[in-house]
Amino acid sequence: MAVEKREMIERLQKNILQWEGYRPPPVGMRNLVGLGLVEAAFPNGVFPVGAIHELVCGSSEQAAASGGLVTGILSVLMQQGGVCVWIGRARRLFAPALTLFGVEAHRVIFISLTKDKDALWVMEEALKCPGLKAVVCELGEINFKQSRRLQLAVEQSRVTGFVLRNAADKLGSTSCAARWQVRSLPSADMDGLPGIGYLRWQVDLLKVRNGQTGSWILEWQEGRFIPVEELTLIEERQVG
Amino acid sequence: MPKRYMVIVFRHLLTDALALRRPELKENPFVLAAPVKNRVIITAASPLAEQQGAFTGMAVADARAAVAELVVVDDIPGKAAKLLRLLGLWCIRYTPIVSVDLPDGLILDISGCTHLWAGEHGYLKEIVLKLRNAGFDARAAIADTPGAAWAVAHFAVSRPIVEADAQAKAIAGLPPAALRLSDEILERLQKLGFRTIGLLLSIPAQALRRRFGKELLLRLDQALGRAAEYPEPLIPPVPYVERLPCLEPIRNAPGIAIAIEKLLSALCMRLQAEGKGVRKAVLKCYRIDGRTVQTGITTNRGSHSVSHLLKLFELQISKIEPALGIELFVLEVPKVEEMETPQEQLWALDKGLEDTSLAEMLDRVAGKVGSQTIQRFLPAEHYWPERSVKAAKSITEEPETTWPMQMRPMRLLNPPEAIEVMALVPDNPPKLFIYKGKRHNITKADGPERIGREWWRDSGEHRDYYVVEDTDGQRYWVFRSGYYDGGDAQWYLHGYFA
Repeated sequence: MAVEKREMIERLQKNILQWEGYRPPPVGMRNLVGLGLVEAAFPNGVFPVGAIHELVCGSSEQAAASGGLVTGILSVLMQQGGVCVWIGRARRLFAPALTLFGVEAHRVIFISLTKDKDALWVMEEALKCPGLKAVVCELGEINFKQSRRLQLAVEQSRVTGFVLRNAADKLGSTSCAARWQVRSLPSADMDGLPGIGYLRWQVDLLKVRNGQTGSWILEWQEGRFIPVEELTLIEERQVG
Repeated sequence: MPKRYMVIVFRHLLTDALALRRPELKENPFVLAAPVKNRVIITAASPLAEQQGAFTGMAVADARAAVAELVVVDDIPGKAAKLLRLLGLWCIRYTPIVSVDLPDGLILDISGCTHLWAGEHGYLKEIVLKLRNAGFDARAAIADTPGAAWAVAHFAVSRPIVEADAQAKAIAGLPPAALRLSDEILERLQKLGFRTIGLLLSIPAQALRRRFGKELLLRLDQALGRAAEYPEPLIPPVPYVERLPCLEPIRNAPGIAIAIEKLLSALCMRLQAEGKGVRKAVLKCYRIDGRTVQTGITTNRGSHSVSHLLKLFELQISKIEPALGIELFVLEVPKVEEMETPQEQLWALDKGLEDTSLAEMLDRVAGKVGSQTIQRFLPAEHYWPERSVKAAKSITEEPETTWPMQMRPMRLLNPPEAIEVMALVPDNPPKLFIYKGKRHNITKADGPERIGREWWRDSGEHRDYYVVEDTDGQRYWVFRSGYYDGGDAQWYLHGYFA
């Protein structure tokens, strides 16, 4: 009896996810963006494309680390060709760095803006454009209403949006699919060699819609993410 | 109505045009020259140069020997055709049918036009005087056929107007070259002693055909009016302009939007038929208080889609001030572009930067926040970090080189910011640095990577770059400017790694 009930609940949960717009992955299409174990935290175990992700960046260092993670994900999204738009503030991003993460910088269109209001307008326009793979936007602050508008835009076009939020001290709730925080970690020794090893980050999922939060350590090795060790921080908590 | 033709010949077309643009050349004899088979040959000589003995067809070296102060200017191929086209378009005020006669003339069909200038004499005088006042050495002649007019304009000394049906008499005394014949036939005529056209006229046509071929007879018939000739008329370009007068003055935004939509649908219909797209459009609104307000749009790629152009204009409507009302809208398109007609697709393919929806999105962004905010970067072959990227000129420009694979920071500080540094040994990576009052203890470092100053561009010290990692695991790009022993070695923070 208990088994039947559990099965029924699982089926209902799957239906609910489908009604909310999460499509079950095609067979053999897990690990879609190369994040490995991190993707298990999302509903259906797939990284949601066609959704808005927000990354909290408290400092310039964190912004750089978040940029690295996003670029790593972009490299997978743009593998089949395609273009993305990066909306930033006054040309801080250094284009040649994208090569390290497998993105050809000439396939990225940079739009430099200083006002959040303009950046949000441009991001919404860009998210409505089905010819793009992804839109990355560096913002100061975003509120629930604004994030809802962005979410509505991507539901039509299935473009993936990333918001890099600078204001980390006052985190209001948003309608984004996930809230990430990326921090640099000291790189590991490479067999006693001097110098800096592979880039290493601590990736926290602070909020996941219909999924589980958690914390992982990832390394960027030879053009892909490698999970270093899984920390047992996954909480049985749903944030919707 | 009998046909009448006028031929205008510019005897120094290229040199006259050059002297108009560069008046200082008039003082000296000057020639235009172009290289032909390892020799530089004069293609056009100014009147002063001709007087002193430098003629078209001479080698420049010979001409220099004859005329000491000869100025030689490079000839631009195709210049004559361009000039004649412009002069021809100017002549359309005298007759609607004007054609270009390369290399140095214009043929005007003046049937029924001359009475406005009190006869052919006044007509001819008016045009020739206008052209001479403008600085062109022009001669003209009028006859029943273009061939006869051509002959008289080029070779006759006096009496430029040939009466109706008097071509044979007018050209009889002129040399055979006046018949527009090829050099080969002219040479043969010369050898046989035909010095005037009159001598040819007395010979039966069959004999002429046997000896000289069809060309001579055709030219002769064209000059005498026995064979028709149809010069190709110039067609002046029709500007892309649409007008919309309004019965009632328009005072509100929806009204303006409707007006723009009407103008655009008329314009785009024409553009679609011609396969062209708008790159730049200007809307002029004439208000009833006598002022004109105008606004414009530009696009990244030619477009003839009404909905897209309307969206771009809608962003501008708030900038139009209608005041008491707008009575006339004029839409001008100063810049159009050839467009490929896109094939309709059954399923969407990834077109990358060629995608139409992407270009339209960028147009909207440019209309809202300005086109200077949109940039694409291409790799440039420089090691100096600030110069290692360059802005792409167009949305589809492809990189000429590959992106470098060195370790480069995600965010670059521009300009680099000074930091205080402690290093154990002068040439070692730093042990700690202080930036904005915060102390960073360094545990690991890579470097140095020395990047030399591009001395042919600017002077200054080289940079020794280190990638450093502090105890929190944050990675920075720091550099020392110059050597230690100079005493003024200063350290800078230049970027943050991911």
